[in-house]
Amino acid sequence: MADKKMAIIATKGTLDWAYPPFILASTAAALGYDVEIFFTFYGLQLLKKKLNLKVSPLGNPGMPMPMAMDKWFPVLGTAIPGMESIMTMMMKQKMKSKGVASIEELRGLCQEADVKMIGCQMTVDLFEFKPSEFIEGVEFGGASTFLAFAGDSDITLYI
Amino acid sequence: MADFDQELDARGLNCPLPILRAKKALNELTGGQVLRVIATDPGSVKDFEAFAKQTGNELMESTEESGEFRFLIKKA
Repeated sequence: MADKKMAIIATKGTLDWAYPPFILASTAAALGYDVEIFFTFYGLQLLKKKLNLKVSPLGNPGMPMPMAMDKWFPVLGTAIPGMESIMTMMMKQKMKSKGVASIEELRGLCQEADVKMIGCQMTVDLFEFKPSEFIEGVEFGGASTFLAFAGDSDITLYI
Repeated sequence: MADFDQELDARGLNCPLPILRAKKALNELTGGQVLRVIATDPGSVKDFEAFAKQTGNELMESTEESGEFRFLIKKA
């Protein structure tokens, strides 16, 4: 079991999409997998020291809205300034009440379990991020860095 | 209910926390020792089966009692 490997590409930088890579990576590590996550484009937001992840109802018709708000708000209503922050706050509260771990906690568990986190160098250059914005232990690389690990992985996911 | 060496209270925690906490608790035990986990996440029933299958630790018992799931896991 010790030599099973999982490689993930994380491309999304919203609160909801932050969950799958960190849940799968932390669980796989607990099962004995060697795990590497390659964070590219918006996915790099998940590596910021100070996380500011949001979830938006805009363009997201599958998102269950509290208090049947989707009945009262037309699609454009979801674009009202402040809606995103309100929805994010409500989502975080709901998650907490249901015992769902925060992204900070799951990410910490991944770090503890030696999940290797690679930031896409090209994206860092593109968005002019500073290396100091990211958590400790992140390495930076490109497509071939990912492929070197993914090439002999048992599971490869694009999220 | 068989004897156990350590107990983990994972009540109120949701996927994947019960598994991750159990893994951590098992790390503290030596081979042959038994961990008892109490959880309320219904998904943990299948998850602990899969965890045992993949890690080689033995799931000795999996029971439900008034909405609580109890697992006995013997460290490999």
